[in-house]
Amino acid sequence: MGGEDRLTAASAPLDRVLCVSGFVRNVRLWFAPEEVRGEGSTPDYRFSLANERTFLAWLRTALALIGGGFAVDQFLPDLGRGWRVGLALALLAAGVLCALRAVNHWVRCERAMRRGEDLPVSRFPAVLSLVVAVVAVAMVAVVLLGWEG
Amino acid sequence: MGGTGGTGGTGGTSGAATGAGAGRDPGLQPERTRLAWRRTTLSGTAAAVLAVRTALHGGALPGGVVACAGCCAAWLGLLLVAERRMRALARTPRPRAMAPRLAAAAALCAVALALGAAALVV
Repeated sequence: MGGEDRLTAASAPLDRVLCVSGFVRNVRLWFAPEEVRGEGSTPDYRFSLANERTFLAWLRTALALIGGGFAVDQFLPDLGRGWRVGLALALLAAGVLCALRAVNHWVRCERAMRRGEDLPVSRFPAVLSLVVAVVAVAMVAVVLLGWEG
Repeated sequence: MGGTGGTGGTGGTSGAATGAGAGRDPGLQPERTRLAWRRTTLSGTAAAVLAVRTALHGGALPGGVVACAGCCAAWLGLLLVAERRMRALARTPRPRAMAPRLAAAAALCAVALALGAAALVV
């Protein structure tokens, strides 16, 4: 077990490259339903629908982040322009990442269910919560200190 | 229905379940999924309304109007995708899994909305 751990720690950058190339490979799957349906066996329709609802929940999260970007721009008019645009763009970028990742995760889950494998685990929820926490703290600081940029 | 199990439907008091509602999913999964799509369109509507507000607030400059039109187009695309899927979910008691293309289209609408937002904000 210990050796395996060290091995995974050493291959972290390689892991990341594989992760990115896996994402690119999955993008092809987004537009090729026959490829997803061609693998394994069709799972119980309830599992697929649950997966779909999870996807929609992530998509709503993405839309909420985009709405948050608008809100920062609209409802903090006293803020300096640099801070306002920066915070808004950070939230919008988080929304884009969240939407793209939602599809990717949905495809991976669907494929895992068809093949009878374990569902994929992901670091994304932790990363997203950290980003949202940082943006929230920045917003509180900026509003309290009233920075004019 | 095939050999997919359907354990939730026939378990427990089987006498009552075999009546008129035999074909119905007791967990109401298709309905819940339809409502999830509806909630998603509502989230999209809120974002689109904020986009229009931002465009009007900026004094309706030509660039802002174009970006706002893009946001509205993305919102309409999301509504269209949701409408298609909701109709497919209502058509049969055991709907098939969503097509990946549909999921990608919904996500790309959200991305387009974000790009329009970035153009409006900057």
